Amino acid sequence: MFYREAGDFKTSYRDDNQTFPIKFDRYRYYVVLAVAFGIIPFIINDYWANALLLPFLIYAIAAIGLNILVGYCGQVSLGTGGFMAVGAYACYKLMTAFPDVSMFVHVVLAGGITAIVGVLFGLPSLRIKGFYLAVATLAAQFFLVWLFNRVPWFYNYSASGQINAPERDVFGIIITGPNAPAWATYLFCLIFLTLSAIIARNLTRGTTGRTWMAIRDMDIAAEIIGVNPLRAKLSAFAVSSFFVGVSGALFFAIYLGAVEVGEAFGIQKSFLVLFMVIIGGLGSIFGSFAGAAFLVLLPVVLKVVGADLLGWPTDIVAHLQLVIVGGLIVLFLILEPHGLAQLWRVAKEKLRLWPFPH
Amino acid sequence: MPDQLIFAMEVFLNGLMAGVLYALVALGFVLIYKASGIFNYAQGVMALFAAMTLVGIMNGQVPFAHLINAIFGTHVHYFGWNVPALVAIVLTMGVMVLLAWCVQRFVMRHLVGQEPIILFMATIGLAYFLEGVADLMWGSEIKTLDVGLPQGINLWIDESTFNIFGYGFFIDNLDIVATVIAALLVAALVAFSQYTKQGRAMRAVADDHQAALSVGISLNFIWVMVWSVAGFVALVAGIMWGTKSGVQFSLSLIALKALPVLMLGGFTSIPGAIVGGLIIGVGEKLFEFAVGPLVGGATENWFAYVLALIFLVFRPQGLFGEKIIERV
Repeated sequence: MFYREAGDFKTSYRDDNQTFPIKFDRYRYYVVLAVAFGIIPFIINDYWANALLLPFLIYAIAAIGLNILVGYCGQVSLGTGGFMAVGAYACYKLMTAFPDVSMFVHVVLAGGITAIVGVLFGLPSLRIKGFYLAVATLAAQFFLVWLFNRVPWFYNYSASGQINAPERDVFGIIITGPNAPAWATYLFCLIFLTLSAIIARNLTRGTTGRTWMAIRDMDIAAEIIGVNPLRAKLSAFAVSSFFVGVSGALFFAIYLGAVEVGEAFGIQKSFLVLFMVIIGGLGSIFGSFAGAAFLVLLPVVLKVVGADLLGWPTDIVAHLQLVIVGGLIVLFLILEPHGLAQLWRVAKEKLRLWPFPH
Repeated sequence: MPDQLIFAMEVFLNGLMAGVLYALVALGFVLIYKASGIFNYAQGVMALFAAMTLVGIMNGQVPFAHLINAIFGTHVHYFGWNVPALVAIVLTMGVMVLLAWCVQRFVMRHLVGQEPIILFMATIGLAYFLEGVADLMWGSEIKTLDVGLPQGINLWIDESTFNIFGYGFFIDNLDIVATVIAALLVAALVAFSQYTKQGRAMRAVADDHQAALSVGISLNFIWVMVWSVAGFVALVAGIMWGTKSGVQFSLSLIALKALPVLMLGGFTSIPGAIVGGLIIGVGEKLFEFAVGPLVGGATENWFAYVLALIFLVFRPQGLFGEKIIERV
């Protein structure tokens, strides 16, 4: 009824090329933005921010980053945790070295530093492919975590080996540390997520994204038709690491506040983000959102149902969660290898034809 | 002989022994990869699962006791008997075969013909699933595993090296047993794949699925068999690691250590897995010995991966892997 292009005439190339060509889609997008920016900050409280919204926003950025690498460029990476750690530690060093500079600048710079590190570890991808590469990225994961654990300069020689986010503000509003109001931290992350999504969306539908996808689908064929694999792969690593670095910086500075690197950015984190991308949908920006939301919600729901309603011990609930997540991954790969995003696409296609499907 | 050199020799020997244990896990990977082209990330968790099942059966634990107690409000934990190690090993093997059948029937059969990377991710999911099931079945606390393997310092080596160098080497008996068992296992596997009907069928499937199918080999049977053999290797590895450092979650992380071993040796070569394991074992121990103190220690965490990474840049197919030929 609502979701169709009929009657929505495009009179210029600009209109034809817009991100959401269907009117209903476009308005839905504006409504979501309006709710996220205009309503939620006024009704948010600490519990909602810390349990659901902040992790969702931050993981969504990481998932977008990883999706660019895995879903669009086809280079599987298990080093996400390590790159998030780079973002976090870069942000920490910048925050403590330049206390007067705005947090926006720090987070963006942290992303930039992570991009450089990402390119360094992406260099082997020119020679290594498939899961050989996946294993090679494990080197990044373990080496980086070890580095931040063992070199005292990174954690400013603190006795505990942890890093703690000092109190910093943006335009006079405190956004890090324990005194930061929930709405401010939420908005800060939301701005980064929105920008990331817009940038990623436009990169992936332009020339850059097309070369990435050509490399993903068949790298030798892509090379023959004139795609430069060096540039394509390294740019994918750079962009992906940038987003992952930003999310790592936010994860540390805004969400956790204090970080012990092995715990917060271990190999489990790499898998978690990879699962978000798989469940959400490889090669889809919306999928990154869906996957992040799903895997952030799942433990909370399980905890509420299992531990609070049924009164089971928490360790059983934690084990059940492993079983469910693992089972879901397998199930998704069997039934719907393109993830939640594909379900959404199918639903939209159905909606276009409804109520006359033939 | 200078002290440093003697210490280095001891480290070298211990590295060899550790390498054998890595190679044991890596073997399971190679088997499945050769036969079905699946890179089985769950191999390490299978070792953990096997070890936990073994301990559980030996101690007469009630499977899923915690879950049953939580649902029905009962308090069952133990059957109240102890099973002898040998019987428990046979029973565990039965469980691993059952597991192999389930994996084949419910997961891999539906994923035939998918891209390798999809299969790889499916096994990651499988690893999580198995880990959760293992914890639910037997509880997640650290358990000790004792099937009667000798442990502790080998006095004979200690004395004889003391007589030669004036310094006794510390070599664990368990490591020696592990080396012997690994050698036997490799010999048995090679014999199996060369001289038995099923083994030949397995190699045929590895070579070409469709051709194998057309000469009347049942793919389903072969795949169940391969997963069972991998389960057997996992059981052996689980017993070794479990005896050495206790049955606990970190056992499954050993699978990650086996990955660089595979990359060095090549995914398709059984001797490669052994040699790769030895190189990694010796390399990381010597590196930790020589460089570790300078940079703050614990270099074992990453050395293997970085070594594999650097190595791969120069030889992407590994030491013994088949040459990768790509066509459009």
